[in-house]
Amino acid sequence: MIVPYGNVLLLAVTLFFVGAVCAVARRNLLMILIGVEVMLNAAGLALVGASLKWQSLDGQVFVLFIFAVAASEVAVGLALIVYLQRRTGSVNADHYHRMKG
Amino acid sequence: MTFYGVIFYLLAIVVLVSTLLAITRRQVVHAVVYLILSFVTTALLFYLLGAPFLAVLEVMIYAGAIMVLFLFVVMTVRLEPQEGTKGETLRQWLPAIVLSFISFSVGGILIFETPTSRLVLNTAVATPMAFGHYLFKSYWFPVEIVSFLLLIGLVGALYLGRQESKPSREKGENPS
Repeated sequence: MIVPYGNVLLLAVTLFFVGAVCAVARRNLLMILIGVEVMLNAAGLALVGASLKWQSLDGQVFVLFIFAVAASEVAVGLALIVYLQRRTGSVNADHYHRMKG
Repeated sequence: MTFYGVIFYLLAIVVLVSTLLAITRRQVVHAVVYLILSFVTTALLFYLLGAPFLAVLEVMIYAGAIMVLFLFVVMTVRLEPQEGTKGETLRQWLPAIVLSFISFSVGGILIFETPTSRLVLNTAVATPMAFGHYLFKSYWFPVEIVSFLLLIGLVGALYLGRQESKPSREKGENPS
């Protein structure tokens, strides 16, 4: 007996929105990526709880795929950040306004 | 409240507090270190919820590989220390917090209106062997697709991260 499934889901939802606030409110590109990582992690937590509730391994398999997607996403994202920093000298999202009329 | 319930709530508090501390740090390095704590604690939660293999993977991939990658990039990139004045900070945090709180409240109400969410979870463990058998019996094709995705991510990162050797490319730049 651990806890009701609703509590696991509530923890996952809370973590997800904490990550969403981070991704929306911060201006630093690295912090935006960190927010996305927190959101993916929260989705994994919800899936592991669901896998335990329905006694099925499908949820855990999906978490494995989420790990792979998160790893490739962060590799490409960080490479983009390094590239942008090399081109414009800044990692602040407010400084990218070259197309502003 | 059972023994496992107490452990769950303790771990949940640690995860929430360390994530909240992580997203409010001004220095990215501090945020990354708090996030490592958060991910390791999430791995313990996975272990508690009966997924020991995923707990190990969480420590290896999230707390190990991804966060070390973040640390390397923080060391490579030149960061501006501040993010604006006090009023500007409030103006960018307030809408995000209000909107997220509304969505969060609606989600919480929906969760607790569902009758099946009250059912208490029983402990169970999926051993790594059972997990591997199930994965490669039922999901062998998605595993191949995901390996392609990782390969494409690797190629993309290498392409974006290469050094521009020709000096003629630098002409059109104007660094801000």
